[in-house]
Amino acid sequence: MCGIVGLYLKDRALEPELGALLAGMLGTLCDRGPDSAGFAVYGGAAPGAVKLTVRGPRGSDYAAIARRLETGEPRIPYIVRDTHLVLTVPTAQEAVVRRGIAMMPELTVVGSGRRMEIFKEVGRPDHVAARFGLDTMSGTHGIGHTRMATESAVTTDGAHPFTTGPDQCLVHNGSLSNHNALRRELSRQGLSFQTENDTEVAAGYMSWRMREGATLEQALNSSLAALDGFYTFVVGTETGFGVLRDPIACKPAVMAENDRWVAFGTEYRALVDLPGIDAATVWEPVPAKAYLWELH
Amino acid sequence: MRTVDLAQTSLRELNAALHSLRADTNETHWRVLNPRGQHAIAAGIDAPITVEIEGHAGYYCAGMNKEATIVLHGNAGQGIAENMMSGRVHVKGSASQAAGATGCGGLLVVDGNASARCGISMKGIDIVVKGSVGHLSAFMGQAGNLVVLGDAGEALGDSIYEARLFVRGSVSSLGADCVEKTLEERHKAELGKLLEAAGLNGAIDPGSFRRYGSARRLYHFHIDNVGSY
Repeated sequence: MCGIVGLYLKDRALEPELGALLAGMLGTLCDRGPDSAGFAVYGGAAPGAVKLTVRGPRGSDYAAIARRLETGEPRIPYIVRDTHLVLTVPTAQEAVVRRGIAMMPELTVVGSGRRMEIFKEVGRPDHVAARFGLDTMSGTHGIGHTRMATESAVTTDGAHPFTTGPDQCLVHNGSLSNHNALRRELSRQGLSFQTENDTEVAAGYMSWRMREGATLEQALNSSLAALDGFYTFVVGTETGFGVLRDPIACKPAVMAENDRWVAFGTEYRALVDLPGIDAATVWEPVPAKAYLWELH
Repeated sequence: MRTVDLAQTSLRELNAALHSLRADTNETHWRVLNPRGQHAIAAGIDAPITVEIEGHAGYYCAGMNKEATIVLHGNAGQGIAENMMSGRVHVKGSASQAAGATGCGGLLVVDGNASARCGISMKGIDIVVKGSVGHLSAFMGQAGNLVVLGDAGEALGDSIYEARLFVRGSVSSLGADCVEKTLEERHKAELGKLLEAAGLNGAIDPGSFRRYGSARRLYHFHIDNVGSY
């Protein structure tokens, strides 16, 4: 099972509603993945700064943590959302702040980028979305995932999205069969993995391909040969998102588009509350073909 | 005509009402509003009625249909008309995977495309797709006809038994034991009837199709294969 949603706004007037629309889509797919949920939202960028989304244990004193990470002036703006802390760090200070985070083993960087913020937790997807206040977030696009765990434990680390690089993350519906072998191979290439999760390996594989110079489209296409198993992937990027289904199309996928937005849903049900859906073009992405929407 | 708005009435109430209809019912025309992608809409009907669904449906719409005519004014999710026994299901949009799967009878017409595994394990159903079909269509097809006006994806008719396949466009590849066969006059006559039943009377030349079916080498025991057992 598992459920994926993606929404990409063409009409800037809808940007304040991005989170609310995404929360509605995610809530509909609770029954496809009640174990955990996560989402990535692409909001505004601060000039000369990078956003670090950091996760810590429930009850962390994030105000104190943010102060500890500062290296003097200027102060680092931050926002706390439930168990996650989003730091807006001047690019020049990123390495120092990351070293500071690494000194606190209870903290994990779940994603970074100019615009991307990632939030994920264990629990029913609609509850998780409410805890993070997804419905209040604005942005140009976002992707989300509801997980029914099959390949590894129900933990926050095993929740999607998984980051594949700055401003980039991956969600997955399916299960991979060769992830253990591939994890060993990628470890030899210097990648590190936090979990036994199959999707983390797919994300690692794509990060490695792009580190070696591949474009996202090339990385998606080479996944077709490297990954064995079932998958529908949605990859969020700074300016849009990509979709790839395995060659036998084991997992469902529906796309819809009108002049205001492009949307992805594991099932059409997830899309029914989008504005103008009744007159939108609705179709099924074909298997083994990498789709990319990049407009913003 | 009876109109049921699924924004007001639950899907279970609709299906229960449809299941309670007897063959001699006077409520012969139903209209379903706001399907919103729900699953199993109008599945399991056993009465000669017409149901029109105004919008997109989810999985297994019109599944197990007997006698009824079901018109879907939208797209269908997976397994439209799965295991249909008789009657007619008409999808005005496109259908997702496994359209008409395991169908034993009746006619399924898809105006748009049908994706992968259309007619998988078909057992007597006739399927007319006016667009194209995806990979592994008519996989293990046992009986019935699959007519495709557009193209067919990879591995058409893989492991096919006795279903008959007619494709007007290109075929990406044929599956195991599926071969092209001569389109004879009797096939053209049968094809003409199917096209007529699908509302394409005279619009399409039956002679423009190619016929595919089983080479009958896979499911019959052959003495040369004795070493494989």
